[in-house]
Amino acid sequence: MSDRFQLRSRRIELAFTDLKPLYSRSEATSEAQRCLYCYDAPCTKACPTRIDVPGFIKKIATGNIKGSARTILNSNVFGYSCARVCPVEVLCVGACVLSLEGKPPIAIGRLQRYATEPFVGTKVLMERRENVGRSANKGKPSGRKIALVGAGPASIACASYLTERGHKPVIFEKRDVPGGLNVSGIAPYKMHAHDSLKDTEWALSSGIELRTGVEIGKDVSCGSLLEEYDAIFIGIGLGEDSLLGIPGERSRFEGKRGGDEVEDKRGGDELEGKRGERVSAKRAVKQGEAATRGPGIFSAIDMIEKIKLDSTFNLDGVETVAVIGGGNTAIDAARELAHLGCRNVNILYRRTEAEMPGYAHELQAARAAGVHFIEKILPIRLLRVGDNPDGKLKGLIVASAEKARPVPGTEREFAAQMLVVAIGQAGQAEFISGFPGVKSDSSGCVVVDEKTGRTGNTKVFAGGDCVNGGKEVVNAVAEGKRAAIAIDEMLKE
Amino acid sequence: MANLSIDFAGIKSPNPFWLASGPPTNTGEQVQRAFEMGWGGAVWKTIGRPIVNVSSRLGGLDEADRRMVGLSNIELISDRPIETNLAEISEVKKLFSDRAVIASLMFDSREEWHEMVKRAEEAGADGVELNFGCPHGMCERGMGSAVGQEPAVVRKITSWVKEVATIPVLVKLTPNITDITEPAAAAVDAGADGIVLINTVRSIIGVDLARFVPIPSVGYRGTPGGYSGPAVKPIALHMVSALARDPRIDVPISGIGGISTWRDAAEFIALGSTSVQICTAVMHHGFRIIDDLIDGLSNYLDEKEMHSVAELVGRAVKAVGEWGQLDLTYKVTADIDPRTCIGCEICYVACRDGGHNAIRLPAGAEDEEERRSAEAREASTRPRPASAETGRASLTPVSRIPSVDATQCVGCNLCSLVCPVAGCITMKEQRAKVEPASPNCRR
Repeated sequence: MSDRFQLRSRRIELAFTDLKPLYSRSEATSEAQRCLYCYDAPCTKACPTRIDVPGFIKKIATGNIKGSARTILNSNVFGYSCARVCPVEVLCVGACVLSLEGKPPIAIGRLQRYATEPFVGTKVLMERRENVGRSANKGKPSGRKIALVGAGPASIACASYLTERGHKPVIFEKRDVPGGLNVSGIAPYKMHAHDSLKDTEWALSSGIELRTGVEIGKDVSCGSLLEEYDAIFIGIGLGEDSLLGIPGERSRFEGKRGGDEVEDKRGGDELEGKRGERVSAKRAVKQGEAATRGPGIFSAIDMIEKIKLDSTFNLDGVETVAVIGGGNTAIDAARELAHLGCRNVNILYRRTEAEMPGYAHELQAARAAGVHFIEKILPIRLLRVGDNPDGKLKGLIVASAEKARPVPGTEREFAAQMLVVAIGQAGQAEFISGFPGVKSDSSGCVVVDEKTGRTGNTKVFAGGDCVNGGKEVVNAVAEGKRAAIAIDEMLKE
Repeated sequence: MANLSIDFAGIKSPNPFWLASGPPTNTGEQVQRAFEMGWGGAVWKTIGRPIVNVSSRLGGLDEADRRMVGLSNIELISDRPIETNLAEISEVKKLFSDRAVIASLMFDSREEWHEMVKRAEEAGADGVELNFGCPHGMCERGMGSAVGQEPAVVRKITSWVKEVATIPVLVKLTPNITDITEPAAAAVDAGADGIVLINTVRSIIGVDLARFVPIPSVGYRGTPGGYSGPAVKPIALHMVSALARDPRIDVPISGIGGISTWRDAAEFIALGSTSVQICTAVMHHGFRIIDDLIDGLSNYLDEKEMHSVAELVGRAVKAVGEWGQLDLTYKVTADIDPRTCIGCEICYVACRDGGHNAIRLPAGAEDEEERRSAEAREASTRPRPASAETGRASLTPVSRIPSVDATQCVGCNLCSLVCPVAGCITMKEQRAKVEPASPNCRR
């Protein structure tokens, strides 16, 4: 495998250790032997990619680790990444029948990591490609070309399936490094970027062409893609992190230019997805370039990426952080800050804990790391030193909230030197408008057929966050596969 | 509290738990420590002309996380001088006069047997055990199981020993034979005062797949060994019961073979053993297991309102019979308790593929979408019954709980054996409306 893509050698995330380290052989064997080997297993049904979970676990128990890895990768080319980043508590592990008997469920994620980790970068994937190819198309190239936009897990999973069946996928990525959020957005205590990148490069190595630094719609037009390729897959993820839209949020320069346009974002046509809450796409588009935040304010996605890939992010002078949002990105951001030594990290959520889209087990882990969770609270405006719009952040005015709306007269000061906004990301309405017939819904998500992932344009398919509004890597993989199967069917016709 | 003491052909012991001849009874120091902890008796590691043992002697069979459910050994008899063993027997017997100390012996010629039986008696042994069972090494030299496999030789050597013995003579048999009652009957006919069984089962416990050598391996060679441990218990129980049912065997039986717990011991006693002997479980966990053995058996006897071990001896023997005596009208069918079922559906696949296809999944369970919506419907509406044991309501989706088609169920038990939840699948007796009828009646 090439070392085509380089990450900085000094990155903040490297200070984080694995919360769930690699199992030793005896740990893995022992855990695998506890598996009941259910028939028609609920864990498999809970997996979006339908990995044969009892099948791969049985193979670990017998010491057939390579066979186990194959079983996993047959269903999910990102089986290694998913092993480490999947919220197994709400997927396979959540479905484990042992819990129903009051026993601890099988640690499926850790077993999956154990089975796959030794094989990342080996020829196992290539062997699979050759085997599938022999039976699917006698190993002959179909001569069909598919363009995939965005090099995240959805596109790579889609391309991987297509290569196996003799097609020629080409992935376009506007950034320099592939992998999408799986590289830049995974909480470092789950997986470091170099492991994600290694897995990504491995998945790509089975004959997928990748063109980085190419932005579709800018460097290459959507129209030329449609003309040149037999099918298109859109896997571009979500857009910018949404803004709070409250006074003091943007720098003076930005404020002068566009601040006045920003209205109250509470209520209205907002959508709450798994990953958090988003301001509607319409507004996000209207905000356009205005996403430059003032000092002390970070978008959660940007901040996590800084921690993952950068060495310059620092928390000097930050005693108290307010993280705004109730999704898993908010929880991740808060946990990471707490692990980095922030004494006082607070998640401020406008609804109740029971209503939050973030996972209960993630919030529990955040609390264990010292994060405070404050429900039914809203930021009203930001306070800066000397009331200077470009002055240091010193806090915010918050209000109690009922049904996500501020209760008049409850405004009070909340001291904070840093504010992290995790209220969701914008959709991709603007991008997809370049493809005739492709539609997005009110929240900016690409509308596709449930069974095939096909958009309103028969040649164009989509999957991943840009379709589901922000879910897990495993969902992206499943949606990439879904589209690939449909594309293959279409190209065979 | 029940009286645990026994009288085995005149050998008295405060409880029926004896250490079997083997590594745990290799030295006086070991036997003394065992007696201090409460063991009722010990059969000394077999004394014979000293031999040289090989290095690497044991191989284990593991099941899942449980180690050594079976053990195979290629160790021979005692490699210590005869004098040392006899001196230590004397010492132990002086310190623990109430315990049974039995000298296990293995020799070739009539003269040697005569001499050694006398010397064992002089040393203070309460009895001698003739090792006609060892299935490895010694048998190649015409001893051990080579004797046990020839009833005529069993008879001859036993009678040699009886010519001189004044203490009880126990004969230890090998299971590596078609009909265990034949050597046993020969021994009793020749005057044996008790029968001991089973010695180990000839075995190869595994193959080293990296080197293609059997386990345990001595360098690049291996040899079949003697199999013991929990896995041989069923073989031993059968053989003990076969002797207990045989009218020719009118002497006490000492049962051995995979006994690890008081339950195992109680089963051996119920099938006709007066004493039980234990070796592999001690090799695994040490002499300390005696505490639970004594305590557990005592509590069990109390529960059953039995006053002594003697009351338990042979209690299950009369229920063991020929297949032809079984009642063909008797019928059980499986019953799945939906309150404790966890929905693994292992019973379903076992019955379908390896049974009689009598377990059904809920209607629509094969169709995933239908099943999911059924689960959702069911979860929201039906009040769930609570488990009788825990009082907790089951959370298992009803769509995953199989049921038994009683018209197809043959009552084989398989589902109840594979079910991971204790007590979830039970076999319910169906009342017969006709007179019992056995296959033999129909002949």
